[in-house]
Formats: sequence, structure tokens, C-alpha cells
Amino acid sequence: MPRSLLIISRQSPWSGPSAREALDIALAGGAFDLPLGMLFMDDGVLQLMPSQRASALQQKDITANLQALSMFGVDDLFACHTSLAERGLSPTELSVEPLQVLRDQDIAALIDRYDQVITI
Amino acid sequence: MKFAIALYSPAHAPSSRRALLFAQAALAGGHEIVRLFFYQDGVHSVSSNVVTPQDELDVPAQWRDFVTHHQLDGVVCIAAGLRRGVLNTQEAERYSRPAANLAEPWDLSGLGQLHDAVQAADRLICFGGP
Repeated sequence: MPRSLLIISRQSPWSGPSAREALDIALAGGAFDLPLGMLFMDDGVLQLMPSQRASALQQKDITANLQALSMFGVDDLFACHTSLAERGLSPTELSVEPLQVLRDQDIAALIDRYDQVITI
Repeated sequence: MKFAIALYSPAHAPSSRRALLFAQAALAGGHEIVRLFFYQDGVHSVSSNVVTPQDELDVPAQWRDFVTHHQLDGVVCIAAGLRRGVLNTQEAERYSRPAANLAEPWDLSGLGQLHDAVQAADRLICFGGP
């Protein structure tokens, strides 16, 4: 039984390469068919906002790559309800699916469920 | 216990020193380190071009000596390294850059090595994250 890995992405999409580099871990693991989950929390939930204009910041948009996660076998995608609420984001307007929005106590249980956790 | 250790921060960050101390303590305690994986700015922690002032701890040299002495598997993420200008001779030549700053004992390799380490280890311990 392969060990499961939860990737927690906590950085905003345009504050540096962290969002991209968290996503790369997920995509690389998906290619090996490993049991992976990805949780967006803190500023990481900003990666899920629709209609981003990355080109205005001369950046590459990662939305399409995030949306491709399920194609790469990473279906277990989660977002932190508290982080969304703190930033005034509605769980219904996000660009990535399937996505489960979790309350704090469910996040503790989620982390417990995975063998390993990596936070970026 | 088998540990995999990931480091995300450069040599001048306290977390790079903490990771090194943890790794040393793990071996001293009879544990095994299946791999050290240097990701994000962690690639700077093992650059051979870091020059540390004489009265300060030379963290890249300590990492190098530690990994060499214990014959550990030290992997630097190639994508993170290229982005930040940490290159071995092969990559410096491939991209026509004037110099390499990554040498023995470090391997420049892909994220598959991180996943492989996650599978092999009982615990993944990360340093320098948010």
C-alpha cells in the first residue's frame, strides 16, 4: 500500500514561485499514481479565484494547471472554509473542481488521515 | 525510524541550520535518513558559491561534510535549482551558463525523488516552510 501524501498550499499565486512549486509536487506525484491530496489554506485559497489576470503581472497563470489536477489523478482537493471566509471568497465561485470546503475540525481530521504532510 | 528530510530555505535562514541539527541528531539517535531533498530556496543551502564570513557558521560546507561523511542521499530539485541558478556542470553546459555551483556529493534530480523518499520513509520532516 503506497503512503498517502497531503500537500498543503498556503501561498498566494503571485507572491513568488511557491504556488507553482506546491502544484508541481502534486503533478509529479499524480504521474506516479500515488495517493495524493491537496489542501488550499491561508493565502493559498487565492489560487482558486476565477478570472485572474496573471499577464497583468507578467506572470504565467496556473489556473489551467490547477484545473488539470483531476486529470492527473489528483481528485482529493480541499479548501479551508475559514481562509475563504477571511478573504471574503464564496465557496461557490471558485475555479477548481472537484473541491471540498472543510471547516477547521475537519481539516484536523484530514491531516490525521494522511501518512505524510508537506506544507509549502 | 526512517526519516526523509526536505528543506526549503537558503543557508542563511535559521531553518537550514535547524534541519542540519535535526539530521545530525537523527543519525546520532540511531535513526536512518533515506534522503535529503532540497526544494525551493533550499537549493541555495548547498550552493558551492556561498561565501560565509570567517566568524560565522559555514552552513553549505557543513551540509556537504555531513552528507559526505555519512554517505547520505542528497538530492537537489532540478527545476527549483535551474530557476534559482543552482547548476551542476552538466546543466551549466546544457544552458550555456558560465559556471556550475553544484558539485559532489549533491545529485540534481526531479520531484519523483521526493515522492520516492515519501514512500520509503516513516516520517517526512520539512524545514523552512510557511
